[in-house]
Amino acid sequence: MATAATHQTARTLAHDSQDGTQAGVDDTAAYERAFDAAVAADERVEPRDWMPDAYRATLVRQIAQHAHSEIIGMQPEANWITRAPSLRRKAILMAKVQDEAGHGLYLYSAAETLGTGREELLDKLHTGRQKYSSIFNYPTLTWADVGAIGWLVDGAAITNQVPLCRCSYGPYARAMVRICKEESFHQRQGYELLLALSRGTPEQHAMAQDAVDRWWWPSLMMFGPPDDESAHSAQSMAWKIKRHSNDELRQRFVDICVPQAESLGLTLPDPDLRWNEERGQHDFGPIDWTEFWDVLKGNGPCNEQRITQRRRAHDEGAWVREAASAYAAKHSASGAGRGVEQA
Amino acid sequence: MTTTSVPTTAALALGDDALVLSHRLGEWAGHAPVLEEEVALANIALDLLGQARVLLSLAGDEDELAYLREERAFTNLQLVEQPNGDFAHTIARQLYFSTYQHLLYAELAAADGPFAPLAAKAVKEVAYHRDHAEQWTLRLGDGTDASHERMQRACETLWRFTGEMFRPVAGLDADWPGMESTWVEAVGDVLRRATLTVPEGPRSGAWAAGAGRQGLHTESFGRMLAEMQHLHRSHPGASW
Repeated sequence: MATAATHQTARTLAHDSQDGTQAGVDDTAAYERAFDAAVAADERVEPRDWMPDAYRATLVRQIAQHAHSEIIGMQPEANWITRAPSLRRKAILMAKVQDEAGHGLYLYSAAETLGTGREELLDKLHTGRQKYSSIFNYPTLTWADVGAIGWLVDGAAITNQVPLCRCSYGPYARAMVRICKEESFHQRQGYELLLALSRGTPEQHAMAQDAVDRWWWPSLMMFGPPDDESAHSAQSMAWKIKRHSNDELRQRFVDICVPQAESLGLTLPDPDLRWNEERGQHDFGPIDWTEFWDVLKGNGPCNEQRITQRRRAHDEGAWVREAASAYAAKHSASGAGRGVEQA
Repeated sequence: MTTTSVPTTAALALGDDALVLSHRLGEWAGHAPVLEEEVALANIALDLLGQARVLLSLAGDEDELAYLREERAFTNLQLVEQPNGDFAHTIARQLYFSTYQHLLYAELAAADGPFAPLAAKAVKEVAYHRDHAEQWTLRLGDGTDASHERMQRACETLWRFTGEMFRPVAGLDADWPGMESTWVEAVGDVLRRATLTVPEGPRSGAWAAGAGRQGLHTESFGRMLAEMQHLHRSHPGASW
């Protein structure tokens, strides 16, 4: 393929310049053209390929934020591990929280291929310089919230993330393939949890309805601001990091959820929600964007608590990480001649 | 001969150990010192929960047994109910317990008793738990001065709960004294390699000796059960 060849040229040029050859303005323009052509041809950009600085920065921001969301997202669910009402549910929940830690690890690795490090990214999370999904700033108040998170929050995440499996950046796309498989499993489990509650005692049914009432709108906010207010959308779509607009994905999610809510025997808390024959889609009510921006700015119900717990785990674990490093240093120095490097 | 009642006592004892330790490890979720340990601790907790479910099901309904028994009816070792403390404390508890569990399950797997099928599967999981605990004991013991001190303190604190593990359990055909001396040797070896001093105190106090197996627990256990059972007990007869 011509574009593959062009991209390969860019790759080679980039290596030459790393070897000390000065890359002039003309070369940069050539790399840029090759990069654009490769992206246009739906080729994957790989870690050693040349890429625009802004592309790299956008990906670092997005992948890091995604990784942080997995890590912070463990908290609202872990909140119920010790209270899960049956051993089967407890096992499912533990496995899910474990998967989230694993997803965080894949994603930090993907981000590291762009020249950053996990320590640096965690530091940015802990100091508020990088964000995580606003959804995790809502509290889990009942057991049914665990189901609502599975069904709605994971459902929204999957709607967002499935297109990322075709993202132009290879390591991110591959991480998403693995993550989406596990997420869709979690989502079905969440749905099944709610179904059991909905068909259970009147108290259980009420618990499920209350959870859906509280998680519905925050889940719709997970798709981000409306298209006309989304700062990064146009560029991300041009680079094929993003494949669909926020509003498109949000609409798709609503259309998926409505029949699912019906089969669950639960209602969605939106009086304006109805099928629009003309559009072939559901109309739905206005989102409270004031609340969205407020949570994003740090004023949601749990922002403070989530970041404090994360920082505390990190700080209180410092001596453990130091011990591991000290042990590794001692034992690599005494074995296999690696002490030479330290001399 | 005693096919119904005796294995029930044993199934409950082993099942309660796994259930309670799994619960304690579950408390770490979101609090571990490094992401890899979030994965590892949850993984061990899940293995133990899986064992607990099989064992409790041998004795009756797993959820009734887990959620509707009072503190005095639980027969787990006092060791496994000990609060997590710091990471060293959790690791010392894991080292003591997984070494014991590994030896016991290896014996049960080799014997032709009712627990052989479970033990054959579980012994593989427990070998991993034991390795994890040993690796961390080495890192913490032989890491920094601070980690050494914490690990030493944790080993000392939990030492008095270790004698109970080798009190014979009705229905479990094992060489308890042999297992105990193997355990002392194996744990001592790990501690020495970790530059730690093997604790010298008694391995059983007047209270700790065999107490958990008789339903006599330490104070934090009741609070742990209150949290674990609250939701289930709030909805009698509901299914989840």
